[in-house]
Amino acid sequence: MSVLVWVEHDNNSVKDATLAAVTAGTRLGDVVALVAGQGAQGAADAAAKIAGVSKVLLADDAAYGHALAENVAPLVADLMAGYDAFVAPATTTGKNIAPRVAALLDVMQISEVLSVESADTFTRPIYAGNAIATVKSADAKKVLTVRGTAFEKAATEGGSASVEAVSGKGDSGLSSFVGAEIAKSERPELTSAKVIVSGGRALGSSEQFHGLIDPLADKLGAAVGASRAAVDAGYAPNDYQVGQTGKIVAPEVYVAIGISGAIQHLAGMKDSKTIIAINKDEDAPIFQVADLGLVGDLFKIVPELTEKL
Amino acid sequence: MKVLVPVKRVLDYNVKPRVKADGTGVDLANVKMSMNPFDEIAVEEAIRLKEKGAATEIVVVSIGEQKAQETLRTALAMGADRAILIVAEDKVEPLGVAKLLAKVAEAEAPGLIILGKQAIDDDNNQTGQMLGALLGWGQGTFASKVEVAGEQVDVTREVDGGLETVKLKLPAIVTTDLRLNEPRYASLPNIMKAKSKPLDQKTPADYGVDVAPRLTVVSVTEPAKRQAGVKVADVDELVGKLKALGVAK
Repeated sequence: MSVLVWVEHDNNSVKDATLAAVTAGTRLGDVVALVAGQGAQGAADAAAKIAGVSKVLLADDAAYGHALAENVAPLVADLMAGYDAFVAPATTTGKNIAPRVAALLDVMQISEVLSVESADTFTRPIYAGNAIATVKSADAKKVLTVRGTAFEKAATEGGSASVEAVSGKGDSGLSSFVGAEIAKSERPELTSAKVIVSGGRALGSSEQFHGLIDPLADKLGAAVGASRAAVDAGYAPNDYQVGQTGKIVAPEVYVAIGISGAIQHLAGMKDSKTIIAINKDEDAPIFQVADLGLVGDLFKIVPELTEKL
Repeated sequence: MKVLVPVKRVLDYNVKPRVKADGTGVDLANVKMSMNPFDEIAVEEAIRLKEKGAATEIVVVSIGEQKAQETLRTALAMGADRAILIVAEDKVEPLGVAKLLAKVAEAEAPGLIILGKQAIDDDNNQTGQMLGALLGWGQGTFASKVEVAGEQVDVTREVDGGLETVKLKLPAIVTTDLRLNEPRYASLPNIMKAKSKPLDQKTPADYGVDVAPRLTVVSVTEPAKRQAGVKVADVDELVGKLKALGVAK
């Protein structure tokens, strides 16, 4: 089976989510990576080194610069004449593009794939991860988005694929990019961090959230996350949100501070290797999934912990 | 400008889903069902556009069993003007839903279609994007802000790293994210009034759309459960454990 994998990139390097998509792709067959962008030669060169990638297609055009679904979906759909499956990481970019590709191909997409059982059978979460469905596709071509935390990341070195230029119809004239406010941070990215420190509504204010969580995260070299309750209360920006409606993470260590453990939050972090919970309520649901729990006042515990580390 | 808002009847978000013992799905017998929360946000956004004078009529449409009438009545009570129910007793997949909605859009000629970004039952996050492809319209997915200006709409999108704004030519598709707005509750007088608002019934055959599923659900199981761990007595013990895990020096 020949598989076209969508590469998420910043023009110079390949984002981690792509590496999991490559691994999922190799379970299906021979992986060709598609880099669409403007001035993305650097990303194409990086993609060519990924272990398991046999060829890189580079579609370099102003129309593909911001991965507008209206422009890139027809490009992918046309390329799919030569492939049996399209695999995209289940990032906001992948989720935006893949269903548009699927409809152009008249294929029913399989979203957030957790495992590849066979060439046509996959598992995926439903009901916010409260159930796992095994689904079998009757479509001739497959379109999948894959959950980054469910697959090993392919190695970023070891491959030596060739890069081939491709072109498509370009600008559809339906949409244009206006601007972006992308948060800049010295800390690791949430979805690829080894350690995450997350705060909940119990932090009480934005000042206390950043005053307590940030120093601890810095000590641990961790990314900072937040529960939806903390985000809704305005204590943390939305791109910190971990949960079914935010980011799905699976770090080595996840430290949940003042987070009760609502189903929607657990859905986003329960695959973490070790979960540590600090909460004053000893009956909080977070303790049912935590490997290590400490019951007490976070306003005393967190500064003490930060100091002693 | 007419606004079309598709809505779905799903298991209420406060109800814990239970996997059926025979592994065929999630038990929906005798449990509370409600409008998909993202669709409520879509209805609310359409009403706000109407209140601002940017929209003139709001048409809500649902595809599902007869009981989806309740969901449509809820949308009418919030402030939608009329409803269409496309009766389908069996589950229709996003691709089939998008094909039906494309036919409804051809007949109704809306300037905007606002949908929830995903339904909280199957969590597919596909219908809006598929509809965009079938109609050849632009799509502003995961919207946290929608501003209609003349023949265009600016949509601010919640993306992984932060926010992104795109400009779309109308007609266009918008899918809602959680922070777009807070949906209103329907008042009792409006609930009463909604009972007399028009609700048309159709079938997929009326639109000539084949909604046969492409996916077979082989099984539905409960996810692996985590075991609760141990409680530590104090910060010193926690520091010791963190050191043992290799995350602290």
